[in-house]
Amino acid sequence: MISSLTSEDIAQVTVRDLTKRFAGRTLYENFDLDIIKGTITCIFGPNGCGKSTLLNMISGLTPYDDGQILFDGKPLSETKIGYVFQNYRDALFPWLKAIDNIEYPLKVRGIPRAERKQRVGQLVDSFGIKINLNAYPYQLSGGQQQLLSILRALVTQPEVLFLDEPFSALDYETTLSIRDKLQTIFQTSKLTMVMISHDLEEAVFMADRVVLLTKAPTRVAEVVRFSASRPRTPETLTSFDFVKAKSRCLEVFQREVRR
Amino acid sequence: MARNLARRVSKQAIAFLTFGSGTLGVIVLWWIAARLELINPLLLPGPFATIATLIASTFQGNLLEDFGSTLYRTLYAFAVASAFGIPLGVIIGSSRKVYRAFEFLIDFFRSTPATAMFPLFLVIFGIDDFSKIAVAAFAGFLVIFFNVAYGVMNARKMRILAAKVMGAPLWRIFFDVMFFETIPQMFIGLRTAVSLVLVIIIVAEMFVGSNDGMGHRIIDAQIIYDMEQMYASIIATGIMGFGLNLLFLKAEQKFVHWK
Repeated sequence: MISSLTSEDIAQVTVRDLTKRFAGRTLYENFDLDIIKGTITCIFGPNGCGKSTLLNMISGLTPYDDGQILFDGKPLSETKIGYVFQNYRDALFPWLKAIDNIEYPLKVRGIPRAERKQRVGQLVDSFGIKINLNAYPYQLSGGQQQLLSILRALVTQPEVLFLDEPFSALDYETTLSIRDKLQTIFQTSKLTMVMISHDLEEAVFMADRVVLLTKAPTRVAEVVRFSASRPRTPETLTSFDFVKAKSRCLEVFQREVRR
Repeated sequence: MARNLARRVSKQAIAFLTFGSGTLGVIVLWWIAARLELINPLLLPGPFATIATLIASTFQGNLLEDFGSTLYRTLYAFAVASAFGIPLGVIIGSSRKVYRAFEFLIDFFRSTPATAMFPLFLVIFGIDDFSKIAVAAFAGFLVIFFNVAYGVMNARKMRILAAKVMGAPLWRIFFDVMFFETIPQMFIGLRTAVSLVLVIIIVAEMFVGSNDGMGHRIIDAQIIYDMEQMYASIIATGIMGFGLNLLFLKAEQKFVHWK
């Protein structure tokens, strides 16, 4: 894993010797992972290998038994992270208007109202997002709601953004548009993103690096790089590099599933 | 435009007629039965005579005083029930273990008719007004307590995680997330409780030495065989119950707009 780093890669998140046992079963043992600053990392692996658990351990939602996770050398408590959940319906606060949902993380940090308003305004403008911010989440479409969760995760200007299958509750058309929006956000902010995907094509399309995991006890099987320029478009999907990266991922995945 | 309006008006008229037709049908049957004296007229006065008595007692008689006393006792008991039921429900519901420890006791008292406890409350609180209020409050308390505890226990974990990952402190998670997650179930408890409290207050006014209130009024009318007054009082009590239920339903729709 570490050998796959080149000299210009700076690790934003370092996972070392991570161990997690679950009901007597070892999910992770001495697991190492580096997440490179300013890139999109997609995590892909067989069912039950603990992709979500990994994301949740890194973001502090699930405790782990042993090991160390550092953000730029600092612990989680000194880091700002954003997290986008799989199901926006269960993750947004339906009792708050869209704008108050986005503002909420700032409120938690004790930022005064006027500044909150200003920062949300800036954020929404900078990504050219057109959502009725005075509506309640349930009055918005699925795509708008997921966009809202992304904005809510971005408003604190986090160092890392975690996304747990952010498109899985959306229809295909919406998925494409939110993917584009996410790329725009990435290109504008150069924010480090870590995304779990259950769709290999999507994972390669979005990623600079695809981290392929093995079955439990989970290790990194291989890290496949895909460095096509952005913005990536439907043409990217038919390019030689894309097809090559994807088939490499598929090969590794199938080898791991059969093992 | 005009046609649209006409269509809307006729739609509303049809809805209203459908809504009112059952009620109207029963009143017509009542009128026919009374008119043809199918039932002893001493037992069943006609609907017009009953409504005339209701109006006369309201504007010339003392029905409003009795109505007021019953409403006062009901709201008093309800307020006491909420003041104890909501916080205790939250505390017990926050821990599944604590709930388990009290589960039998809760189920037992929930299944015990509150009216069976009149004598006990009379011994404790004496024969005056407060013992009636106390019994009703006790019954209402159990319903509210149970529903709130249930709501807290079954609050969706996802939103709590979402707040946690933003770095929200416990008190914020509690007031900004848990509280709202619990509100829908709490309202079910409050609405059930207010109806139950009214039932118990009416029964108490009938049989546990009272000088006023709708329960007392109904029994009084029965003793002197004033059937018109009795029916009128029953209808007035029904209006109170219906009104309270409607009030809570409206409040629920307003506060729990996201359900």
